Amino acid sequence: MSLIKQDDTITVDTFMEGIWRENPVFVMMLGMCPTLAVTTSAINALGMGAATTFVLIASSLLVSLFRNLIPAGVRIATYIVIIATFVTLVDYIMQAYSQALYAAMGAFIQLIVVNCIILGRAEACASRNKPLKSMVNAAGMGLGFTLALLCLGGVREILGNGSLFGLPLFGEHFQPWVIMVLPAGGFLVLAGWLILFEWLKLRKQGRSQQVGGAVHEH
Amino acid sequence: MSGNTSTSMIVTLGFVTALSGFLIVTAYQTTKPAIEENKRLRIQQTVLEVIKGATAYKPFVITANGDLLEATPDLKGTNVYAGYDAQGKLMGLAAEGRAQGYSGSVETIYAYSPACECITGVKVIKQTETPGLGDKVITNKDFVANFEKLDAKLDAAGKALANAIVTVKHGSKKNPWEVDAISGATISSRAIAKGLNGSAQEVLPKVVPLLSTIEGAKP
Amino acid sequence: MNTDSVTFIFFNSVLANNFVLAMFLGLCPFLGVSGKLNTAVPMGLATTFVMLVSSICAYFLNELLVAFNIEYLRLISYIVVIASSVQLVEMAMKKLSPALFRALGIFLPLITTNCAVLGVALFQTSREYDFVQSVAFAGGAGTGFILALVLMAGLRERLALAKVPSVTQGAALSLMIGALLSMAFMGFAGLGAE
Repeated sequence: MSLIKQDDTITVDTFMEGIWRENPVFVMMLGMCPTLAVTTSAINALGMGAATTFVLIASSLLVSLFRNLIPAGVRIATYIVIIATFVTLVDYIMQAYSQALYAAMGAFIQLIVVNCIILGRAEACASRNKPLKSMVNAAGMGLGFTLALLCLGGVREILGNGSLFGLPLFGEHFQPWVIMVLPAGGFLVLAGWLILFEWLKLRKQGRSQQVGGAVHEH
Repeated sequence: MSGNTSTSMIVTLGFVTALSGFLIVTAYQTTKPAIEENKRLRIQQTVLEVIKGATAYKPFVITANGDLLEATPDLKGTNVYAGYDAQGKLMGLAAEGRAQGYSGSVETIYAYSPACECITGVKVIKQTETPGLGDKVITNKDFVANFEKLDAKLDAAGKALANAIVTVKHGSKKNPWEVDAISGATISSRAIAKGLNGSAQEVLPKVVPLLSTIEGAKP
Repeated sequence: MNTDSVTFIFFNSVLANNFVLAMFLGLCPFLGVSGKLNTAVPMGLATTFVMLVSSICAYFLNELLVAFNIEYLRLISYIVVIASSVQLVEMAMKKLSPALFRALGIFLPLITTNCAVLGVALFQTSREYDFVQSVAFAGGAGTGFILALVLMAGLRERLALAKVPSVTQGAALSLMIGALLSMAFMGFAGLGAE
């Protein structure tokens, strides 16, 4: 996390790094369990993303506020208690808001506690930066995580159920590709996205090499 | 950062835990009414949907020693819901069934009509069966039709069902207490019937003798 | 088979509802340390051990929470118990068996953030298992975790020598193996159903 400098300036990059360059799912491969487990539909993905983002921002704020008071020896323990508090809050808020969504997420709301993205942000960013900057960074990370979940949930719902956000996309005769909403499909779709990004990266590299080569010949 | 002395560690941890305890209790207290209301609405919706013609319901609980009491939040036991129409006439009873399916437990709410001594409807409330195969138990019209009039008479002594509810192979249903399984989803079909049978054998012998009390109770 | 029986709970959590391949718990170590067999096995053993310890602690803790009617503190107390039991296991191992500690030492702190461990504690509570069932569940979950990790490591060791398209190298390849293993484990579904 050397990219986060010790200054207090908030740049576009503070927010954007979580969305693209350091995307928690596609680049850093963190928080895999909820990523694969709850993304059987786009709406579940959105719910999980929103819950995680809330916990990320709130715990970043609190950790950042107390960053100079927490002794190094009990650092991790304190972070975990703070994170667990906000996860419990989300757990109750979600139950109060929608029982259906809560039932679909199952225990994975409570398992946000052990999502390494949040502890990682607390340790790498919030414990070293001022509250506002930490929150902006956490919001970016949360948004990046939500987008990644939507990428997975969308594809899995379209292929495995023939719908998106619960709206049927194809006619009645669509035969759903059931494996996509089963656990194996989660692994496959994530592998698919990783391959796509890798391919784009290689193609970009190949192009710039070609251009460079051409200039050199001249 | 302050030093790593034991005192400062204990003070910090104590402070953080106190703060988090405060936050959690506040959230718990604030959301509790909404959560209970949500749960109640969910049950109400399911019960009124499964008992045909019912517009209001009243929850009862069968306690461990076999008494049928009106439900209160602290009372633990088997839940039974009575559904009434607009005139306050008893339309049917609903209870919860549960059995192991193909990949997890299948939970249902079913309606029992005292008039025909039969089960008149089933609604799956929780299942993790294979999508496209096991979840046909919810969507397959022929299978759902099994539960429109499924015999659940009590035997002469009134201690158990006269005929246990059983699943039979697809297309071989002969008796009104048999459930015609979906071919290709036999285990999931059987889980539903097993859940019904288990619950009906336990609940009906206790509830049927007390029907007049339930009829008298107003929702 | 009776779904409450100890044998059913154990085998169900090893095979049909394998923690890693069917319930997506503990994926980080599954993808992270499954590169070599000789690190996968100790990691699996250490995780199983922590699962058993924290499952037993969580069981008694839950009794306490229910007795005082403070279930809303469940999550926060479970995570603290897990973090402390990891710490305890680490200290006890250092004292009793330095050789084992040297082999497992670096993996132990990682286990705190393994969601499979918290998953065991949370699921045994929500399914209302009694003490023996909880221990069987934790043992099954741990065994299932070791099984998945060992299978994965074996496959990856073989594949290290294979030539694969450059775009699929690394994480994508591991995920695809995971998908195949998960499909294979789907065959265990229905186990115990009559």
